[in-house]
Amino acid sequence: MPISIQHQRSANRTLRIVCPNGHLGFAPIKTGSFEIGIASEPDLICADSGSCDIGPGPLGADVSSSPLAWQTHDLEHMLLAARRLGVPMIIGSAGDTGTNSRVDMFVQIIKDLARKHALPAFRVGWFHSEVPRAELERRLDAGEVIAGLDDRPALDAATLAATDRVVAVAGVHPYIALLNAGADVIIGGRSSDCAIFAAPAIRAGYPEALAYYYGKVLECASFCAEPYGGKESVLGEITMEDVKVTAMLPSQRCTIASVAGHAMYERADPFSEYVLGGRLDMSQCVYDQYDERTCRITGPRFVPATDLQVKLEGAGKIGERYVGMVGVRDPYTIAHIDEVIAWARSQAHERFGDSGYQLHYTVYGRDGVMGELEPLRHQPGHELCIVVQGVAPTREIAEEVCMIGLRQMFYARLPQVKGTAGGVAFAFDEVLPASPAYRWTLNHTMSVADPMALFQTGMTNAGMPA
Amino acid sequence: MKLSELAKTIRSKNAGVDRITFDVIFEDDATYQRVRRSGALSHEAICRLFSIAPDRITHWVAFDPARAIKFTIRRSLPSGSPGDGDIFGSQQYGPLLGLEIPVARNSCRE
Repeated sequence: MPISIQHQRSANRTLRIVCPNGHLGFAPIKTGSFEIGIASEPDLICADSGSCDIGPGPLGADVSSSPLAWQTHDLEHMLLAARRLGVPMIIGSAGDTGTNSRVDMFVQIIKDLARKHALPAFRVGWFHSEVPRAELERRLDAGEVIAGLDDRPALDAATLAATDRVVAVAGVHPYIALLNAGADVIIGGRSSDCAIFAAPAIRAGYPEALAYYYGKVLECASFCAEPYGGKESVLGEITMEDVKVTAMLPSQRCTIASVAGHAMYERADPFSEYVLGGRLDMSQCVYDQYDERTCRITGPRFVPATDLQVKLEGAGKIGERYVGMVGVRDPYTIAHIDEVIAWARSQAHERFGDSGYQLHYTVYGRDGVMGELEPLRHQPGHELCIVVQGVAPTREIAEEVCMIGLRQMFYARLPQVKGTAGGVAFAFDEVLPASPAYRWTLNHTMSVADPMALFQTGMTNAGMPA
Repeated sequence: MKLSELAKTIRSKNAGVDRITFDVIFEDDATYQRVRRSGALSHEAICRLFSIAPDRITHWVAFDPARAIKFTIRRSLPSGSPGDGDIFGSQQYGPLLGLEIPVARNSCRE
């Protein structure tokens, strides 16, 4: 433990948070650095559990992408440490998506863990983030504009009708409300990653600008440290003047480069972070190397919003899906692979017409990863793997679409081909059921008068009665 | 010299569900400034490398605190739509690695 942090602890003018994981459940936390963090007796233990990176499927289908065992593993370590220290524990965007069912599931995991370990009674606060489609329909009917983000058009009735589930992204408000109500553990629905950490700091009276930056730097745990290594804990400390972040793994360091580099991670604009209630402006941030493993940050600003805008995320089902794959080795066939695919598409068209299903070809060895962005797509490798996806309203049709799209590659009619006994190689001559296909239908913002309006909170008991 | 020999980090990642952002981060200020001034990562160079129209680039930032050049492009499909080959957007940086960076004019005169 760097001496600087130990010294600050005794000053009792700080709020200190350990963050063990940037996407709780997606891969288990490394417990060694977490225990080092806990030994420093933080004021809270917080982690975000959500991400859009997993694609639209989990939100649309209302499932987790993380295994229950890994979610439980992380929650167990955090809960036992928090109850032992007697400090609050906060989880945001429960279960990858932050839908109501994921919040309820995490609350139940906490209750089950409390029973398993016979923990003394404590209070579990939660909030839900789902927005009923009817609420959005009502607003559209009333002529309200639900604006698109990132060049998307405003929401229309057809897009909304094609949407299965919508979550709103909460700010600090439900977390502060639940802390005020005495929650020892908070399980949040979908929320801004930084709000999880900013909320207790704002509630304790620290400046909003520093508090939101504090959340921004902590939310991905060791992604703000170097050398690269995920799922390790970091310890943050906020004062009235600055934010400090320290890597807990002895071989990792929070440096000016790693922390400033993290400020621009997975965002288009490295200077701004938008939350419900305003914009964090990081353009004037100053980074100092405080000690060998600690970076100190000053100078963030917060611009409060005049009009409260809440971000909406929505996913809609396209159809059931089957997948298959083939290999190709004949150089002539490789050079004419688009004609092979066109033949197979034509056979699907003959059977099913030109609409009501989708057939997708991903050509590994040519441009499977990058598609039309691939500069070397005109120099394919000596063998190709082609993944075929068939998407259709029912499993039966999806299976047949995929099977036609796959097997007709075998029968493709290339005029000059020498090999007339089959145009592709099968590692297995079958198509496999896959998860249904979804798409992101909402990446929008909506005006709200009250930042709590969309977020229903609740409180429940866990542990053994006194 | 190739960009991969000059940069500490070259990465790509989703920036929301509709965009992919690229970060090229340098160890020292001189290399950062050299690559920045070379124009090898200009709008035009990026469009040429990825065969995209200029309006696909939504952001281009020289981010001094991290010694980084950062640009963002619009996806052709939202992340995770069927047919998307890279849900996280994490493997789109490959062509940047071999990008030739011209030698600075005044660096070889000793």
